[in-house]
Amino acid sequence: MFKKISLQAVLIALVTMVCLPAAMAGIAIEHWTQPGGAQVFLVQSHAIPMLDVQLDFDAGSRRDPPGQAGLASVTASLSGMGVRANPVRGEVALDENALGEAWADLGARFGAHASSDRMSFALRSLTYPDLLAKVVQLAARQLAEPAFPAEIWQRERETMIAAIKEADTRPATLAQRAFDQAVYGSHPYGYDTNAASLQRIEVSHMAALYRQLIQPCRAKVMVVGAVTRAQTDALVTQLLARLPGPGDAAASACPALPAVAEVQPLTQASEQHIAFESAQAHVLLGQPGYKRNDPDFFAMLVGNYILGDGGFVSRLTHEVREKRGLSYSVYSYFAPGLHAGAFTIGLQTRPDQADQALQLSREVLARFVADGPTEAELQAAKNNLIGGFALRLDSNRKLLDNVANIAWNNLPLDYLDTWTQRVQSITAADIRAAFQRKLQPDRMVTVVLGGPVSDR
Amino acid sequence: MRHFGAACLLWAALSTAGAQPSTSPAASTALQAQQFTLANGMSLIVKPDRRAPTAVHMLWLRAGSMDEVDGSSGVAHVLEHMLFKGTPTVPVGEFSRRVAALGGRDNAFTSLDYTGYYQQIPAARLADVMALEADRFANNQWSDDEFRKELEVVKEERRMRTEDDPQALMNEALHAAVFVASPYRRPIVGWMSDLESLKPEDARAYYQRWYVPANAAVVVAGDVDVAEVRRLAEKYYGHIPARALPERKPRVEPVQTGLKRLAFKAPAEQAMVALAFKVPTFQSFDGGPDDSEALALTVLSAVLDGYSGARLARALTQGPDRVADSAGADNGLWGRGPQLFMLSGVPAQGKTAEQVEAALRAQVARIALDGVSEAELARVKTQWVASAVYKLDSVFNQARELGTSWVQGLPLDAHERLIERLRAVTAEQVRAVAAKYFGDDQLTVAQLLPQPLSQPGKARAASAGSRH
Repeated sequence: MFKKISLQAVLIALVTMVCLPAAMAGIAIEHWTQPGGAQVFLVQSHAIPMLDVQLDFDAGSRRDPPGQAGLASVTASLSGMGVRANPVRGEVALDENALGEAWADLGARFGAHASSDRMSFALRSLTYPDLLAKVVQLAARQLAEPAFPAEIWQRERETMIAAIKEADTRPATLAQRAFDQAVYGSHPYGYDTNAASLQRIEVSHMAALYRQLIQPCRAKVMVVGAVTRAQTDALVTQLLARLPGPGDAAASACPALPAVAEVQPLTQASEQHIAFESAQAHVLLGQPGYKRNDPDFFAMLVGNYILGDGGFVSRLTHEVREKRGLSYSVYSYFAPGLHAGAFTIGLQTRPDQADQALQLSREVLARFVADGPTEAELQAAKNNLIGGFALRLDSNRKLLDNVANIAWNNLPLDYLDTWTQRVQSITAADIRAAFQRKLQPDRMVTVVLGGPVSDR
Repeated sequence: MRHFGAACLLWAALSTAGAQPSTSPAASTALQAQQFTLANGMSLIVKPDRRAPTAVHMLWLRAGSMDEVDGSSGVAHVLEHMLFKGTPTVPVGEFSRRVAALGGRDNAFTSLDYTGYYQQIPAARLADVMALEADRFANNQWSDDEFRKELEVVKEERRMRTEDDPQALMNEALHAAVFVASPYRRPIVGWMSDLESLKPEDARAYYQRWYVPANAAVVVAGDVDVAEVRRLAEKYYGHIPARALPERKPRVEPVQTGLKRLAFKAPAEQAMVALAFKVPTFQSFDGGPDDSEALALTVLSAVLDGYSGARLARALTQGPDRVADSAGADNGLWGRGPQLFMLSGVPAQGKTAEQVEAALRAQVARIALDGVSEAELARVKTQWVASAVYKLDSVFNQARELGTSWVQGLPLDAHERLIERLRAVTAEQVRAVAAKYFGDDQLTVAQLLPQPLSQPGKARAASAGSRH
């Protein structure tokens, strides 16, 4: 059966790629809201007979209850380990293996994962009609009727706890944990998933979370691939059809979810030097950053390219790696989300060089925040970001990420069309002012893990 | 970095069924990769993909860590770093700065078999990066001082990738135990003591020896015109003088005639076991018996571990008496050197590495006895065919596959033809290789024996120091 489909897949891939060689102009994003409340975002891309779908829900780990860190993440993971029987439809249960075989037989992939803000379900399939119908049917079933088997959770929990113990022997894990706790305090962005928190999670918690948060009216559905708008609307309808509605409320209006507290700014600097026997010390420096909807977003994007994100040409890489050979990897990044994700400078170096590398990074940061970039640096950053804009959009996978970003953050549909203009409009003064608003170099968290504790 | 993942290849699937594409030959050639040889012996491979106005430009050298000699392990990779350190006309740091100014991203990679450099760029900038790459291919030049500084960076890279990772350390020790004469026994990044003693002259000598046109290929994929790329390649690379390729010593790995065992101690919490079986390397599509067996071994690895719920996961990691937290299988299949079939696993709480080892081998033995089902066979083949379509989404990966095919002396459509050949593998062939290649004599087993962090008197967990 599938052999024929696959043969056809190859033929059509050849034919369509010959027939549709048009270069991408602007990216047309089609957007509509379904009667059930789901918001759909579509980019048609017909060159390859394949399809990517991502469904995002406000069910990320920021909603983990205190003491149950990891709940969103394990719920997402367990949702792919078996589906319930559905006697009404005459469907028998599928255990984890039957489900894995079913997806492999379709040549398709479907799975969920949770990040800080979102629970995301991702589907990739070929688009031949017979095949796609089966794929959508199975995805709809898995999305709506995960079995959450208790015995599987017990096994997964054991496996996870063992893996956490192993990770706890690695310097990178320990340094990051100390950093997150110091930056985020009690905010869920800093929750630590550990043996104790996993022990407090039962499958009933997963089912409850799922019932409350995974609903059509809360779905943002991004589709990129060889499908029309009509096909997309039909397949999204099918994908969501088996999920429960919002109960008594009008079909398209889900009740609002409780707000999650904001990340609190730091009130003072903190510094931890943690003894650890490893080949490298791990140095982390940072503080809460800013939210994705911050008006300074573009100034921070361009500024951080110059400071620590521009590959081999950033200030941090130049000073720490190129000039002094202190580290293979040195970087700075922001993690703007629904809350103020951390600003982080990170590097690894031989323990006896850690202090030198730390001081150097602090100086680079302090100077950048105080003075901003030079005009030459700004121009170089714009040349790269604007000149390379097309590289952000040159595959279905990248288009999907971009559309999901627009959808999740409620950005305008012409966001990609105006992106280069927004970058172009940023001045050195904008960057300096924005960095001064966002960063307080005298009130940052410092973690140095590795080497003996020095006397200080 | 050698790899043959589950993601394999495409339109060869056609010819198995006797079907032909309904496109005109002219239209087909517009899409398929084309290969040319410049007058100086350099290869050029072009693969148009017009979906977006971007392109990737890669320079491949048929020279990797396997082309090093003892005492200067890691030099191929160190030299890769030094290629960013300038030429007489492009000062240190300037290469990446210029690529960035073009809107591009650049990096490089070194493996056992090859070294590669790439830039992802707006397609209109192809000529600019070709000029830069051709310049450093022919004229790379840097001071001893730059070398010493960059060597420190590479040592940090080794510390990061290997020394603080017990599984990476064990893997390094395993390969050193598996191979006797093959250069595959040395780590790509190099032994630390070799790095400590590496001299600028070592890197310059490797450059002189292996960076010659006849040992290099330019691969361009993306929104490009084949004739125009050819013209640009002639212009920028074509004038580089031809030089003789040095002789390659065969360094044939002697036949292993008995089991080797390695107990590897490292600070860790979880044990691990890895079994490396020497197996045939796929050499060509001309159909020798070794080639057929190499293909059957790849199907075997997929039946064991090619999808969620495949045999190893089911038998080792599930149920109340499961022995492992994870289990895997992988067949090397092809490469310039001798290939391994790997089985590996992490014991579950309360289970031993010996139990995992026995369970892994029992799964292969079961196939040797009972064979595999037609459903399993069809399943793994279906996944490969679908993956062949999915991977068209990445221009970068297409260029990378073309480069790896060229490195091994395989035809440009090697990855496509591979799928065709994998689809033809029968259940009996899979059973036969499971029965043939998994005895003791060609096997090396490594066990990771976890050790407490060795600081005397310290608790296992890190202890917090001063805080203010």
